[in-house]
Amino acid sequence: METIITVLVGVLVMVAVYLLLSRNFLRIILGSAILSHAIHLLLLAMGGLKEGNAPLISEEGSVYSDALPQALILTAIVISFAVTAFLLVLAYRIYRDTGADNLDSMRRDFDD
Amino acid sequence: MIIPLLILLPFAASLFVPSLYTYVHSKKIGWVVMPIPLILFTVLCLHIPKLAAGGTEAFTIRWLNDAGIHFTTHLDGLSMILGLLITGVGTLVVIYSTYYLSEREALGRFYMYLLLFMGSMLGVVFSDNVLVLYVFWELTSVSSFLLIAFWHQRKRSRDGAKKAMLITVTGGIGMLIGFLMLHAMTGTFSIQAMIGMAGTLPSHELFVPAMLLILLGAFTKSAQFPFHIWLPDAMEAPTPVSAYLHSATMVKAGIYLVARFIPLFGGSELWFYLVTFTGLLTLLWGSFNAVRQNDLKALLAYSTVSQLGLIMSLLGMGSAAMLDIPGLDTAVFTAAAFAGLFHLVNHSTFKGALFMIIGIVDHELGTRDIRRLGGLAVFMPITFSIALAGSFSMAGLPPFNGFLSKEMFLEASVAVRELSLPGIGVWIPAAAWIASVLTFVYCMIIVFQTFFGRQQQTPAWVDRGAHDPQFGMLAAPSILGLFIVGLFFFPNVLGRWVLQPAMAAIYPAYGDASQLVPHIRAWHGFSPALWMTLGIIAVGAVLYIFLRQWRVIYTIPPFSWRIDTLYNLWIVQLEGNSRHLTKRYMTGHLHRYFVYILLFFIAVMTAGVSFIWKRAFNFSGDAPITVNEYVLIAVMMTAAIAVLFAKSRLIAILLNGVLGFTVAFLFVVLRAPDLALTQIVVETVTTVLFLLTFRFLPDWKKERTAKRTKVINASIAAATGMLVIVMALIVQGNQLFDPISSYFTDVMEQSGGNIVNAILGDFRAFDTMLEIVVLLIGGLGVYALIKLKSRKGGGNYED
Repeated sequence: METIITVLVGVLVMVAVYLLLSRNFLRIILGSAILSHAIHLLLLAMGGLKEGNAPLISEEGSVYSDALPQALILTAIVISFAVTAFLLVLAYRIYRDTGADNLDSMRRDFDD
Repeated sequence: MIIPLLILLPFAASLFVPSLYTYVHSKKIGWVVMPIPLILFTVLCLHIPKLAAGGTEAFTIRWLNDAGIHFTTHLDGLSMILGLLITGVGTLVVIYSTYYLSEREALGRFYMYLLLFMGSMLGVVFSDNVLVLYVFWELTSVSSFLLIAFWHQRKRSRDGAKKAMLITVTGGIGMLIGFLMLHAMTGTFSIQAMIGMAGTLPSHELFVPAMLLILLGAFTKSAQFPFHIWLPDAMEAPTPVSAYLHSATMVKAGIYLVARFIPLFGGSELWFYLVTFTGLLTLLWGSFNAVRQNDLKALLAYSTVSQLGLIMSLLGMGSAAMLDIPGLDTAVFTAAAFAGLFHLVNHSTFKGALFMIIGIVDHELGTRDIRRLGGLAVFMPITFSIALAGSFSMAGLPPFNGFLSKEMFLEASVAVRELSLPGIGVWIPAAAWIASVLTFVYCMIIVFQTFFGRQQQTPAWVDRGAHDPQFGMLAAPSILGLFIVGLFFFPNVLGRWVLQPAMAAIYPAYGDASQLVPHIRAWHGFSPALWMTLGIIAVGAVLYIFLRQWRVIYTIPPFSWRIDTLYNLWIVQLEGNSRHLTKRYMTGHLHRYFVYILLFFIAVMTAGVSFIWKRAFNFSGDAPITVNEYVLIAVMMTAAIAVLFAKSRLIAILLNGVLGFTVAFLFVVLRAPDLALTQIVVETVTTVLFLLTFRFLPDWKKERTAKRTKVINASIAAATGMLVIVMALIVQGNQLFDPISSYFTDVMEQSGGNIVNAILGDFRAFDTMLEIVVLLIGGLGVYALIKLKSRKGGGNYED
């Protein structure tokens, strides 16, 4: 399970990096969103998968999955949401003010 | 107790001076500042009797107990001399500046820097803890930087400031390392404690490196050859600053340091050679270069370099008294150190006065070029008299204080031959004599080419009507002038009350310091020194008269060589090249930067992976996997790859949604219910956001990217992904530590509940709070970007 999740993470990273290397704002933002998915899964896989019950004490049994990566990922999900939202609005604002929808045309505007 | 306050007062005052600007007329700020150095000077003077009786005063403010770093001040004779110079000349310089600087200048800033310097310099001389000393040392470099660049709109000022900063700070860092080595040897940061252990140190392997590094600091600060090049460029500072920092005080810090460490290193022959010969070389080179200058201030700068070399060489000869040579008459060498200290004081008086005089000439006539000056003696009799006293004192003529210390210097240079060490017999007296001749020549240039000869009728001159300046401006140089003459007639007062305690500090091994202090006499028979002086006057006069003829030699190598050229080749070239290089790769394209980051990541990771390859993989700990999990993973992979080929952005956004929700499902399967819930909420909102912006942004066109770029991007992406996979697999196969989360589980067992929530809410509550802050900032940013109006005239964005 860990191995195949890791391979999935690798594929997601490839796609994300490729998108980040493009020039269109929307592609870049998609890339960063996908990259955060990849990292979340990677963190989870690092802690070991399916080693016990969900980390809720009330359930029966005394073996639990590693709770620490889950706590970290929870933080990360929220932060990456904030980043994605901010980037989207930034792209909107840039387009509204300068008419640029990709890095190169924005750069040209600034060079003028 | 009072000494730490003395250091603190200028710092505290420097904080308030700029705010004075609003209350006090700018011309009068100087008068508000002036009492501060005056108070300090008075307080220090009150300590003189105690020190003269053989006492010292130490005070410790405990600070970092574990590291052994305390704010310890130590007032003894040596620090007293410097302290008196800093505060005394400081007072005069403040008075002088009130008249010299126009009220249009940024006076608040000027006095703030000046006070900052004063405090730091007092800190340097009074600190007993080497690390505290180092901090103050660098602070003097910083304040010197600020003062040199005071007229920051001029490029030459900025360059001069940068040069001074680079050289002195480099030396300072060397000195810091030297101090740390001393700490490694002695286990203490206190100079006095180190001196107490002086006998055990020379055999230590760090002894020589520490000595060299500390000397590097001292030589850079005191502008010794070949580091002297910063001092002439530092003359871009306003003249009061040159008089204060760059002749009377800051450049003496290196000399102070050398004197301070004589008890520690004095017994070493290497120390003797280095200090003496660096000093002599500086003396020669400085005086030789002073003669060629046309700018009076540059001339004084080189003469300062040369005089600093003189003092340095005297201290070097003085340290020979501690050499372990049987039957050595140490009195000769202690007399050299005494002469060094005496000349230190004398130099501050006559050089300070000369700088102020040059400032007056510049102020009145608008030029300091000797080719455009002449015949001023008639118009400016008082100015001329002081200049005469200062120059003749520097040249070593009676009845001025410089004569006494110069004689003692010549005497020491002859007497030092008594050391049966190789290489000093002829060289030291010869170098001393030649340099003194050159000194005589440039002193005559100052006096005769400025104040005698044909009057040059430059227009500025006629307009301004050359005359002595108002009394206030002459006050400071006049007081220094009184000292120049007064010290000639009463040198032994200074010797007994100020120099004797300092000698005790340099030679702590001598119980009674009074035997270290020779009785200074103006007339001491037909000694070799007197004959040398007569020779200097004779040859110097001839050289001055035929100056025009022999000055040609400055155009032929090696006399035309300058150390500056090396600096320019190195620093300026380096700066140019690096700017060139930076422009090549800092293109301003985000895409390029991202490629750099990834390439670096790939390079480092590949190297890392190939290094730990042997640890290889271990799949035995893998959890079992079910069919529906395969399906989830397959869906994610397909969706991810499909994003790359999405023809419209709507499809891409939806595919991203698919990815997010599948991740949520995976979280469910992988026993992470909290994550799954959060992910579902966040993904929903994100998708909605994407679709909202969708309305405002244009549809994406097909990327018009060259095929080559696409291939490069794809291979970078593939390499990154592969490396992540490999690294993750290696990490999973080699778990070195037990997971720490069992701790949380154990704690929670007793109370029951959701472990993840407990971690977020209790154990890492600060993280969570900051996470909320990030969310808040993000929200504010979103709000601002949507709501705030763009500036009028669309397309008028910031550059």
